Amino acid sequence: MKVSIKVNGQLREVDVEPRWLLVHVLREKLGLTGTNVGCDTSQCGACTVLMNGMAVKSCTVLGVQADGADITTIEGLRTDGAYHPVQQAFWDHHGLQCGFCTPGMILTAVDLLTHHGDPNDETIRHGLEGNLCRCTGYENIVRAVRDAADKM
Amino acid sequence: MYPAPFEYHAPASLNEALALMAQNADAKIIAGGHSLLPAMKLRLATPPALIDIGRIADLKGIKDMGEKIAIGALTTHHEVEHSVLLRNACPLLPEVATHIGDRQVRNRGTMGGSLAHADPAADYPAAMLALGATVQVQGSGGSRSIGADELFTGLFSTALAANEILTAIHVPKTDAKGSGVAYAKFPHPASRYAVAGVAVWVSIKDDTVQDIRIGVTGAADHAQRAKRAEDALKGKPMTEDNIAAAAKVASDGLTTIGDIYASADYRAHLVTAMALEALHSAHHRAHGW
Ligand SMILES: Cc1cc2nc3c(=O)[nH]c(=O)nc-3n(C[C@H](O)[C@H](O)[C@H](O)COP(=O)(O)OP(=O)(O)OC[C@H]3O[C@@H](n4cnc5c(N)ncnc54)[C@H](O)[C@@H]3O)c2cc1C
Ligand code: FES
Ligand code: FES
Repeated sequence: MKVSIKVNGQLREVDVEPRWLLVHVLREKLGLTGTNVGCDTSQCGACTVLMNGMAVKSCTVLGVQADGADITTIEGLRTDGAYHPVQQAFWDHHGLQCGFCTPGMILTAVDLLTHHGDPNDETIRHGLEGNLCRCTGYENIVRAVRDAADKM
Repeated sequence: MYPAPFEYHAPASLNEALALMAQNADAKIIAGGHSLLPAMKLRLATPPALIDIGRIADLKGIKDMGEKIAIGALTTHHEVEHSVLLRNACPLLPEVATHIGDRQVRNRGTMGGSLAHADPAADYPAAMLALGATVQVQGSGGSRSIGADELFTGLFSTALAANEILTAIHVPKTDAKGSGVAYAKFPHPASRYAVAGVAVWVSIKDDTVQDIRIGVTGAADHAQRAKRAEDALKGKPMTEDNIAAAAKVASDGLTTIGDIYASADYRAHLVTAMALEALHSAHHRAHGW
């Protein structure tokens, strides 16, 4: 089946099997390997991308469901050579260790901050419940999101 | 993990979807896909065809209908959570939606999908029972409505026929003076689904209970009313003691389920604990405290 998906601002026409998940389309068809597969069971959030501006787990969306959608992956967050404020804040606050959860964390945080301009720590933690990190203990992640909120 | 192969259809209208269902007897509807796709990836479900209703405009949106509010089946948990109309006139639903899964799940999962799936640990079913909601369904033979009390019939089972689509949910406004609602949930620490969840709608006058409905989810194979607890409070003042006595019988009549995480007895205990919390909050809100 032919689908057309706008990925990071560029319209891409892809031939997919209906059973392919969006994450496979992104990684294997479009070579965008910044989106990770962690659990593959809808739990960990490593595969999170923005679909029409909303954070979704791309291992739980069919590629065909994304036909006509606007997708942003971690590769598309940088604009004009500058990091997105959330990316910069993760750098500044050391909001990562191994980095496996980071693309998903950052994209969920971007969705969160577009809906909450000034979230407190509790709102941030509730907003990131769908993203698991096995390294950091979350403290620096929450700090980074808090800082990004101030700067956005 | 790829699901087993299937044919995919994306109808643009309800009629087109119903026609496709008539032609593909074993096809499954997909809405948000957040219950169905995980099951398909594990090959617990292997439908030969999927009918994606996600592009049908008639199934979207939240509308004010005077005394009631009509919520399109495709309304996401996120949209319920943030609807100003619901927050003002039917605040139980946004409160319940906040408890569902996580942010990404709420962005994709739909109210119609949750109700049609009837997971025994889903959150909305308790609220449907407490609100006395009705769902609108459409089949090739026409439309009908099903009351919440008749909707949930067993484990992952509803009164919907295989060829029917749930199109909308009608909920009453609960913003009248003396009316209070609340939801209390004990989430499974890993999955966030309800180990026990209790939703309450109460209407009081001079602190006496005029009417009350209590919905319980998570505890039995499907969501049910806690009628003994309702009867224990009807016509009585909402004192500390009366609330405690009602909460105590909240799991009476339910066949609570036991699993590796919570025994049947522990679930019954959690129903009482959640009922106590929800009754207190609903009572406070009915007074505007
Ligand atoms: C990680 C995770 C955590 C979750 N946690 C919770 C939680 O805490 N609480 C909770 O309540 N839920 C939870 N869920 C489930 C979530 O709320 C689902 O979105 C919901 O149960 C199903 O809605 P859907 O739109 O995704 O339906 P789908 O998965 O698309 O469909 C589910 C079933 O309903 C049928 N169906 C869908 N729409 C209709 C319709 N309009 N008419 C007729 N049949 C229809 C489908 O054929 C299918 O059988 C969780 C899900 C995940 C992945
Ligand atoms: S890989 Fe998608 S949620 Fe874990
Ligand atoms: S930084 Fe390693 S999983 Fe989060």
